[in-house]
Amino acid sequence: MSVAAPPAAPPAPRKRRAMARAPQETPAGFWTYLLLAVSMLFAAFPLYWMFVIATSNDEALAKLPPAIVPSDRFLTNVDEVFSLQDVYFAASLVNSVIVSTLVTASVLFFCSLAGFAFAKLRFKGSGALMLFVVLTLTVPNQLGIVALYIVMGKLGWNGTLLAVIAPGLVTAFGVFYMRQFIVNTVPDELIESARVDGATTMRVYATIVLPAIRPALAVLGLLTFVATWNDFQWPLITLSGTDYPTSMVAISDLASGNYVIYRRVLAGAFIATVPLLLMLFIGGRQIVRGIMEGAVKS
Amino acid sequence: MSSTRAAPAPPRHRPAPERGRRGADDRRLTWRNRLYRFDMRYMPYLMIAPFFLLFIVFGLFPLLFNAVVSLRNYRLDDPTLPYWAGVENFSRLFADEDFWNALYNTFGIFLLSTVPQLLLALLVASLLNRQLRAQTWWRVGVLLPYVTPIVASTMVFSVFFSRDFGMANWALGLLGIGGADDPIDWRADKLHAWIAIATMVNWKWIGYNALLYLAAMQSIPRDVYEAAAIDGAGQWKQLWRITVPMIQPVVVFTVILSTIGGLQLFTEPMLFDPNAQAATGGPNGEWQTIAQLIYKVGWKDLNLGYAAAMSWALFLIILVVAGINYLLTNRLSGGRK
Repeated sequence: MSVAAPPAAPPAPRKRRAMARAPQETPAGFWTYLLLAVSMLFAAFPLYWMFVIATSNDEALAKLPPAIVPSDRFLTNVDEVFSLQDVYFAASLVNSVIVSTLVTASVLFFCSLAGFAFAKLRFKGSGALMLFVVLTLTVPNQLGIVALYIVMGKLGWNGTLLAVIAPGLVTAFGVFYMRQFIVNTVPDELIESARVDGATTMRVYATIVLPAIRPALAVLGLLTFVATWNDFQWPLITLSGTDYPTSMVAISDLASGNYVIYRRVLAGAFIATVPLLLMLFIGGRQIVRGIMEGAVKS
Repeated sequence: MSSTRAAPAPPRHRPAPERGRRGADDRRLTWRNRLYRFDMRYMPYLMIAPFFLLFIVFGLFPLLFNAVVSLRNYRLDDPTLPYWAGVENFSRLFADEDFWNALYNTFGIFLLSTVPQLLLALLVASLLNRQLRAQTWWRVGVLLPYVTPIVASTMVFSVFFSRDFGMANWALGLLGIGGADDPIDWRADKLHAWIAIATMVNWKWIGYNALLYLAAMQSIPRDVYEAAAIDGAGQWKQLWRITVPMIQPVVVFTVILSTIGGLQLFTEPMLFDPNAQAATGGPNGEWQTIAQLIYKVGWKDLNLGYAAAMSWALFLIILVVAGINYLLTNRLSGGRK
């Protein structure tokens, strides 16, 4: 490369012929944007319509063409949902917050701790134990649900929030994800030099590992929170009919009975969805990255 | 750290070399040395212990204990039955019409949801795999269904697919299908119920799978496309001949994921039923899935032993189907040998 080369010509042997561009380097055209916009419409419409029904009266669901714009009864419907005696909707939101927060905090702490040990510490059997973690990644946990119910019965936890918190406290995926991230981002030299200064393992974890894995904690935290908040089958089994439902169980209670009032159900559903939409709005970049990174590594 | 006292403090000089010397060194060990040795030798185990303890108690043990329960008479409403049932629960399974019906429904819904889901995800991914303005927002946008609780979206779709004033029938009526005088009753027969439920599953997972594909697409080297363009392959051909084979491992991964998830479908069929608490999946089990039947047998009929046996059957089915799908996708997506 001579110094006199024009600045437009890149030094590497890049050929930028229009025909030969990879898709990811081709600027999107009109049709791409149009099709994407249509996909977006499909993705968002059920959410929008949930809100429309949540703001409507009963007649809105009994006419053609269907209601398509929000009405003004949102607060009335919400008020009705909250004041239903045996649904415990307000309590259920609090319960969901408690369960999701505790589970998320626990997953982040225990999985990053174990992930750090597997990534950077040498101990006998670490290979075999990690293999165990990877193998359990693929086992669907729903399969042990009957026995889990019996175990919780023996502990006396069925019908309490403990029954939904305990099984979520750690995940094999969390350990796997944390290990991968720590292997790739925390330099050995940094740990070694801290050791030379006399730092204990826990101190290394707190002062070096934790700050370095903040992005991974955000990703795993968001994914765990969303999954825990939305979990339905196990909470239904253990909490249904009690005074301590999670919000998903409470919504299913709203939706059962001889005559279901959908504007109420969807008002409740909308309230329980809003926190997650906010999380997607704020942490969307992290969630996207978490899913995409998971794909490349698997 | 109080646990240092409890540590057996094996007489080894340094942790790194495996062989140490016993004897006189012990005396010279200060408190600090012991702490250091404990830290190096045992701390890793302490750090992974919470994970393994919790996972074994609430994850692995129930899975194994499930096998024991499946061989027992475990009825919540009748504890007087003999303890062991032998293989009775399993032999009952083969003659159980409800089980075969649920299996049929599960596979029907699974096919109607997985195939369109992954094909559409591929298309959305190839749309996203361009230089886009506001790239992040498009990617976040396709995740809207992913973060929406299935409970919430299923309730919306339930209304959407109602017979008399449902939006689905109204929209189809505009296209000349069904219409107000002859509306489709989405809950009256298997095929329509399956389509409705599969629609919910597809809506939920297309965006998520699209991001998985997108991640793989972005790591395809540019020169592969250059070569293809020189050979005169158009965009459509490039997608099928280059992109799909190049991202084959992720395609296989998503097929396995959808198999595991799809065969355990629970929430959508449960709440699609206006009489959800019965867990029958329609008046005549039109759309009752296996996961739903397990719930009904276990917690409505109160027969946990039989439900456990069914769980094992489902586990085996998932293993077999995942294996078949693995081989099938490997073939179809034409990976480089």
